[in-house]
Amino acid sequence: MFQSLLSLIIRAFDRDHGMTDSKYFTTTKKGEIFELKSELNSDKKEKKKEAVKKVIASMTVGKDVSALFPDVVNCMQTDNLELKKLVYLYLMNYAKSQPDMAIMAVNTFVKDCEDSNPLIRALAVRTMGCIRVDKITEYLCEPLRKCLKDEDPYVRKTAAVCVAKLYDISSSMVEDQGFLDQLKDLLSDSNPMVVANAVAALSEINESSASGQPLVELNSATINKLLTALNECTEWGQVFILDSLANYTPKDEREAQSICERITPRLAHANAAVVLSAIKVLMKLLEILSSDSDFCATLTKKLAPPLVTLLSSEAEVQYVALRNINLIVQKRPDILKHEMKVFFVKYNDPIYVKLEKLDIMIRLANQSNIAQVLSELKEYATEVDVDFVRKAVRAIGRCAIKVEPSAERCVSTLLELIQTKVNYVVQEAIVVIKDIFRKYPNKYESIISTLCENLDTLDEPEARASMVWIIGEYAERIDNADELLDSFLEGFQDENAQVQLQLLTAVVKLFLKRPADTQELVQHVLSLATQDSDNPDLRDRGFIYWRLLSTDPAAAKEVVLADKPLISEETDLLEPTLLDELICHIASLASVYHKPPTAFVEGRTAGVRKSLPNRTIPSASDHDNNVEATVIPSQDSLIGDLLSMDIGDINAPAPASSVIPQQHSNVDLLGGGLDILLGGPAPTAVEPATLNTGNGLLGDIFGLSTPATTMVSVPKITWLPAEKGKGLEIQGTFARRGGHVFMDMTFTNKAMQAMSGFAIQFNKNSFGLVPGAPLQVPTLPPAQSTEVSLQLNNTGPVLRMEPINNLQIAIKNNVDVFYFACLVHGQTLFSEEGQLDKRVFLSTWKEIPAANEVQYTLSGIIGNADGVAQKMTANNVFTIAKRNVEGQDMLYQSLKLDNNVWVLLELKLTPGSTEGTLSLKTRSVEVAQMVFTAYEIIIKS
Amino acid sequence: MESLFIINSSGDVFLEKHWRSVISKGICDYFLERLKNSNDVVPIIPTSMNSTNLVSINRCGVYFVTVCKSEISPLFVIEFLHRVVDIFVDYFNECNETVIKENYVVIYELLDEMLDNGFPLATESNVLKELIKPPNVFRTIANSVTGKTNFSDTLPVGSLSAIPWRKSGVKYTNNEAYFDVIEEVDAIIDKSGSTIFAEISGEIQCLIKLSGMPDLSLSFVNPRILDDVSFHPCVRFKRWETERVLSFIPPDGGFRLMSYHVTSQSVPIPIYLRHNIHLKTGEQGRLDITVGPKTTLGRTLESVKLEILFPKSVVNCSLVTTQGKYVFDQNSKILNWDVGKIDVQKLPNIRGSVTVMAGTTIESMPSINVQFTISQLAVSGLKVNRLDMYGDVKYKPFKGVKYVTKAGKFQIRL
Repeated sequence: MFQSLLSLIIRAFDRDHGMTDSKYFTTTKKGEIFELKSELNSDKKEKKKEAVKKVIASMTVGKDVSALFPDVVNCMQTDNLELKKLVYLYLMNYAKSQPDMAIMAVNTFVKDCEDSNPLIRALAVRTMGCIRVDKITEYLCEPLRKCLKDEDPYVRKTAAVCVAKLYDISSSMVEDQGFLDQLKDLLSDSNPMVVANAVAALSEINESSASGQPLVELNSATINKLLTALNECTEWGQVFILDSLANYTPKDEREAQSICERITPRLAHANAAVVLSAIKVLMKLLEILSSDSDFCATLTKKLAPPLVTLLSSEAEVQYVALRNINLIVQKRPDILKHEMKVFFVKYNDPIYVKLEKLDIMIRLANQSNIAQVLSELKEYATEVDVDFVRKAVRAIGRCAIKVEPSAERCVSTLLELIQTKVNYVVQEAIVVIKDIFRKYPNKYESIISTLCENLDTLDEPEARASMVWIIGEYAERIDNADELLDSFLEGFQDENAQVQLQLLTAVVKLFLKRPADTQELVQHVLSLATQDSDNPDLRDRGFIYWRLLSTDPAAAKEVVLADKPLISEETDLLEPTLLDELICHIASLASVYHKPPTAFVEGRTAGVRKSLPNRTIPSASDHDNNVEATVIPSQDSLIGDLLSMDIGDINAPAPASSVIPQQHSNVDLLGGGLDILLGGPAPTAVEPATLNTGNGLLGDIFGLSTPATTMVSVPKITWLPAEKGKGLEIQGTFARRGGHVFMDMTFTNKAMQAMSGFAIQFNKNSFGLVPGAPLQVPTLPPAQSTEVSLQLNNTGPVLRMEPINNLQIAIKNNVDVFYFACLVHGQTLFSEEGQLDKRVFLSTWKEIPAANEVQYTLSGIIGNADGVAQKMTANNVFTIAKRNVEGQDMLYQSLKLDNNVWVLLELKLTPGSTEGTLSLKTRSVEVAQMVFTAYEIIIKS
Repeated sequence: MESLFIINSSGDVFLEKHWRSVISKGICDYFLERLKNSNDVVPIIPTSMNSTNLVSINRCGVYFVTVCKSEISPLFVIEFLHRVVDIFVDYFNECNETVIKENYVVIYELLDEMLDNGFPLATESNVLKELIKPPNVFRTIANSVTGKTNFSDTLPVGSLSAIPWRKSGVKYTNNEAYFDVIEEVDAIIDKSGSTIFAEISGEIQCLIKLSGMPDLSLSFVNPRILDDVSFHPCVRFKRWETERVLSFIPPDGGFRLMSYHVTSQSVPIPIYLRHNIHLKTGEQGRLDITVGPKTTLGRTLESVKLEILFPKSVVNCSLVTTQGKYVFDQNSKILNWDVGKIDVQKLPNIRGSVTVMAGTTIESMPSINVQFTISQLAVSGLKVNRLDMYGDVKYKPFKGVKYVTKAGKFQIRL
């Protein structure tokens, strides 16, 4: 009480003594400008200052006081710092509109840059940088150069920022005048605040640089300086430093570890921006650290508490944190798997926080916490906020689909919610129940009657369409299905197109199931659809049904009542490559929008996309020779190996690939799986008219006709030259026929006598290849050749070879034993069963750590994406999906080697270019080079 | 950060500050468009103008909207804006439309001093107050007499030292150091009274009035319970990691030394509600709530307040309380019951009837927000062990530690 009284008194006092600024608005009449003009030219200092204040106050609220420019500039020559500052504020705002007048100020600026007071020097150089007038900028260079070397760190740090300002006005001037080098020198400044500002300025210049290429390369030495400054500079400087650390990829694991150690203390900073930027750096470095190390495990553990802490900050901070957590949870689900409870919604959370929390809850839901999640969701479904309630109901449906054992409980929860009769809850519930029916057919149909009771209350198209779909799908179990559908038909014209389409299909289904008493109904709906509708989709579908029904009812049945593809469990997951890119952008706008910067920043080229560090492989040129040249090891060492293989049953180590993703038996082509890749919403309950299965349908969608091309055949090369084979020359190659690898050889006898008694043996090799039959070579007279084709099995002992596809062979004849080595062509090892289900592809891609990703640049590609896909399919590399991203074709492909190693690939092609980028993920990275070589061969064929 | 617009709740832009070139306030339309639909505007929205974005916060009924370039860290902007408001509050004791309008010039100067070209310049209140003196009755009189300004013409000492948060040459006749351990219990309690979620978020607020450059170290009896901490920049993290001691050179005046979360142990719930609420369409509903202490370690629950949010279909209620007053707001459908202190002998109770509009469905369940305070108790059990002082000081300060527990976001679902 006393306090408020006091403040009242103070305010009254203030008013009397002219302290508050509101009085500056009292004069709004015509003569205002004139009056200010005369005050500005007053002799009295105080009056002048008051007048400038009035001008500033008008400016603050957006009034135009530019007419006073010369009068205000006249006040600039003063030793009163506040007045000077006010004038500078004015100049910054209006110089642009009065460039000729602004020149008047230049002299004072230049003089102030030499002032003995560092505050004035800094202020002058700072203000000059803000005046975007070319003539003034010209005069800025000399003072700026001096200020960058000023003895006072306050001036230096202000000057550092000024370089960034200047770059924005004229990048060429900054480059020509050598300011960039001066700025780089400041990275080694003794004052951490100066270092931080230099970093900030440099990163801003990098961002806006036209080439998109960083102007300053970070190396270990600069990184060290930054890490030192990190400990001492202000919180804002720390953000700048952390953000530029995130752009550095350490050269090895040790360096990564040491950077991690020096950054982790930032996780306990009070400033949320520092915390999140530190998390970005750590998430990126985690990619480099081997995932099974203790260090990595401890680090992962340390990430959870700061993320949780962010959630008890202001709502705005929570929102940004939640958007980022959404990414982190998709990338590394382990970090927050025990933190479900912090995402529980409080009813006074702002709606944007509520919706984000809900989304993360679903992502974290699993069998062990589903009970908790469900009871929360049920609470939310009775909240006040309608949008939130709807999303909560949908979330229950997502749980049912994601966590199979909980489906029953989810369904009963939904039923309870339907009983509340709250209109929008009922409608949402019906929409999600339709999805549950699609996921678990023939399981929960007992609830249909309850659903039907609510038919009349449905007024939203999506809910009506869902209900109609349910009636049509289960027409045989709903006694009065015909009446129900008939009642919908009365207002057919007024329905939304979505509902109309559903009605059409549902009635046709009903007719096919109960033809006896529904003939009239179906005719009615067909005529409504084909004759009275303007909607081409509806008309077309109507005609197709009509024709099907009239020509071949059996076929109609097969089409309309075909088994529905199942819907997938995880919806709206981000595509893995996009997710990886966004992880690099944690804490930035991209992480909030969940879009790469290219999507919302103009003039950004695709060239500067960030990506997580990869293990890379030397380029193709080094390996090209290997394709032709046969590696012949010294004979001595080989003999030992070959002898030992006679013993045979030495337990060779199993191939590194022990984990094989389970192929799902059900094929989901049009359902969710495809949508994940295409990023669209699940098509609502519209049956794909599908008679085909598997590949056929995929082919239809992507326009891939049945493969016309055949497998590539690689010409034979000389494996054993005659001079080494005592006259026996062997040329050979590998091929795949009927699911088996064949070794096709030509034996030529260049000696003077006949050869006979041929036999063959393989050394242990990476793929366990052994001859499937004895070598059948007839006696070979001199100067004669014979063709031999030997089928190989992969049942032999396994030994890791280098390169992986190296095969050492011994051939015996009546003359001698010859040893040679050759390379098995990768493509001949690609199994016919290499097609992955899309969902499995997606989840496997996610599961395989990024360290197992290898990239490769393909060159000399012939043909477009479809052509390439066709060639690949012919060689057992299966295209799972194709999409177009920013003009580039992305092919998602899978293949399986005969030894059950799965390889997942992403091929990026730019139309018109003969180069392409191939990203490969597999649990056995050793096979990468072999696969790349195979790709080269196939693609050039 | 390019520009800042300050907007009131009716959507008028009443202050604009541009750090780079002037941007028309028309850009705020993207924000205002969303403000029309809901008061909770998403803090980050894209615009179609030069790929800029609007980052905003809402505090004290005022929206602070900044125009940002593409690749900025939004948290950086949000944290900065909150800092700006903190500084305003620090200068003017409060921060609302009136205060801002009354102090346009100081605010403009402050904004200019805090940010240069999108880079924060000085955000520590210590440094700022040396550059721009806060308005003060006596100084105004003095200035008008002597012709001085309230703008400093020397560079603040602290602005560049390794300890920017403390100015040098601080002198007090009475040297004092106060520490307030403030803990808030955040909880969601379900219908049956069992805890769905609970955590303690605590902080240590300091008021340090010590001369010279004191170097303090604060130790706890039981530092183990602090598993998730964030510190003021003055705290030396290494010593905390190794010895679990807070070692720091404090800023002058009031500041938050650290904040922490306790989730590892089971959180004691200090209050319970016995409730019986029956709502039915077209009938008189019943409401009967009794409040009592649960785990308070013998301390008294004070300033207890209940805020009950009823569904829209509730029209009115007529209730009787044994203690404290209640108010029902028909627009927001919120029932406020100011209970006050809880006497264990006679537990406060509120009961009576609730009128539900006929012919409507009850679309949501009521929920209760509870507030309470318990003084001289840190519910986590955290206890300060001792405070030692080093550095160039030759005086014995007065030291004090206070504990208090409050309800944070404490909700009971019905």
